[in-house]
Amino acid sequence: MKLSFAELSARERVTHLLDAGSFKEILGPGERVVSPHLAQLGVPFSFDDGVVIGGGTLKGRPVLIAAQEGEFMGGGVGEVHGAKLVGVLRRALETRPAAVLVLAESGGVRLHEANAGLIAVSEVMRALLDVRTAGIPVLMLIGGANGCFGGMGLIARCADHIVMSDAARMSMSGPEVIESSHGVEEFDSRDRALVWRTTGGKHRFLMGDCDRLVEDDMDEFRDAAAALLGESKPLTLQGLLAEHAMLTERLQRFGDCSDAMEIWKRLGVDHPEQVTQMEAEQMQHLMFERTMESA
Amino acid sequence: MNWQALVHALFGEAHTMERTGDVISGTAELQGQTLTVVGTTDHAAIGVETALAQAKVILETVQQHPGRPILLLVDTQGQRLRHRDELLCINRYMAHLGCCVELARRSGHRVIGLVYDQALSGGFITSGLMADACHALPEAEIRVMRLPAMARVTKIGEDVLEQLSQTNPVFAPGVVNYVAMGGVKSLWNKDLQQCLQEALADPVITDERAALGAERGGRMLAARVIQQVLAA
Repeated sequence: MKLSFAELSARERVTHLLDAGSFKEILGPGERVVSPHLAQLGVPFSFDDGVVIGGGTLKGRPVLIAAQEGEFMGGGVGEVHGAKLVGVLRRALETRPAAVLVLAESGGVRLHEANAGLIAVSEVMRALLDVRTAGIPVLMLIGGANGCFGGMGLIARCADHIVMSDAARMSMSGPEVIESSHGVEEFDSRDRALVWRTTGGKHRFLMGDCDRLVEDDMDEFRDAAAALLGESKPLTLQGLLAEHAMLTERLQRFGDCSDAMEIWKRLGVDHPEQVTQMEAEQMQHLMFERTMESA
Repeated sequence: MNWQALVHALFGEAHTMERTGDVISGTAELQGQTLTVVGTTDHAAIGVETALAQAKVILETVQQHPGRPILLLVDTQGQRLRHRDELLCINRYMAHLGCCVELARRSGHRVIGLVYDQALSGGFITSGLMADACHALPEAEIRVMRLPAMARVTKIGEDVLEQLSQTNPVFAPGVVNYVAMGGVKSLWNKDLQQCLQEALADPVITDERAALGAERGGRMLAARVIQQVLAA
């Protein structure tokens, strides 16, 4: 039976992603490591500060894992939340797992702790790149209803690999923020189809901004993550020069496009209007055929 | 302080700094040592082009001038809030800039960040905050959001936020709050050339900002939580 990633809580996602019974949580709710800042503001706090971390196995191989709870403050990164992410990444340098899995669901910096959150995002980035450099892959799994935005969108793009479901979104600024800043003509945040084709999994996959596209199904996420264990992409000058060339070319090739469908057309997708209806697996074939053609 | 005055205070006439769009870059001499200097001005909105242009300067420095120190000058209103930038995956462009800073550090370059005007929200994360250490001028402004806007979004009274911000540096705008939390290492409130020399001489290698925040009393939990996770 299909089990929706989007509909599960962070803790349930971890349980279903890892081998049954293997997950051992670190600083779980029982330890009551909470945000003192939310309490000061009279805002409800959570006993895990909105992020579940720990270790376990995935298809028999040891992994460390972190999962953000989108239902708590939109997965926003505060002081404790950010420190738990930094902690689990630094721990990876000592225990050397086959990967660190980050189930990202976050609007970015938690406004109630904005300064701590902003600093924490950069600390997570540095810790993540330490892990990447050590040859341990960091895998971002994005499939929650709140998407992966702001500082968390930056962190995601520092990782070795990104897996998204077609229902997931990854971006920097939320459509509402852009609309309130530059008007509804700039970005209509209530136009769901527009929001989806600008920030959604399929667009990110067609552009190569996520490596794997899966259905909203725990088993598919599990298989995709397992296939990427040990697949490290260390930070190198050659790698960043290639990234730079690609980003420069992207700007030249698509910088004048005003809609994702224009980009898809230029990418060689014959019927961009049909992309919405395609299954993740059909998308993989589409990409495979294009790669074969250009090879 | 505008960028020309800043660069003059730091290097006198010994620099080749030029402005292209909102990006400023060039080289400068400091006590016989050449530095790469790159950053933004006019409260730049960091869009895909601005991020890429800064990344290019850093990559070229790593490629062509091994070991040359890099000074990042920060003045930004945050990331550019445009549909087109999101379509092109602006977070990838900005992350690329952050990764280039990281690569420079790992390749033996000292990287110093300096907030000389304003640093807002996301525009700051992948530049100054990725440096070995980030410093600021005392008159600089660092924030995610002003209190009135924060009050609207969080639905907490502005008076409550105002009062709490007197004792807790965690959310209110202000460069001193970032110093207290360890995000900004020091304020440059004396001779700027001397401040830069001291920053370059500072042997920073690992990220010790959480510990610094605890030591300064502005961020008491981060370092402890990190240690707890490591000790578990």
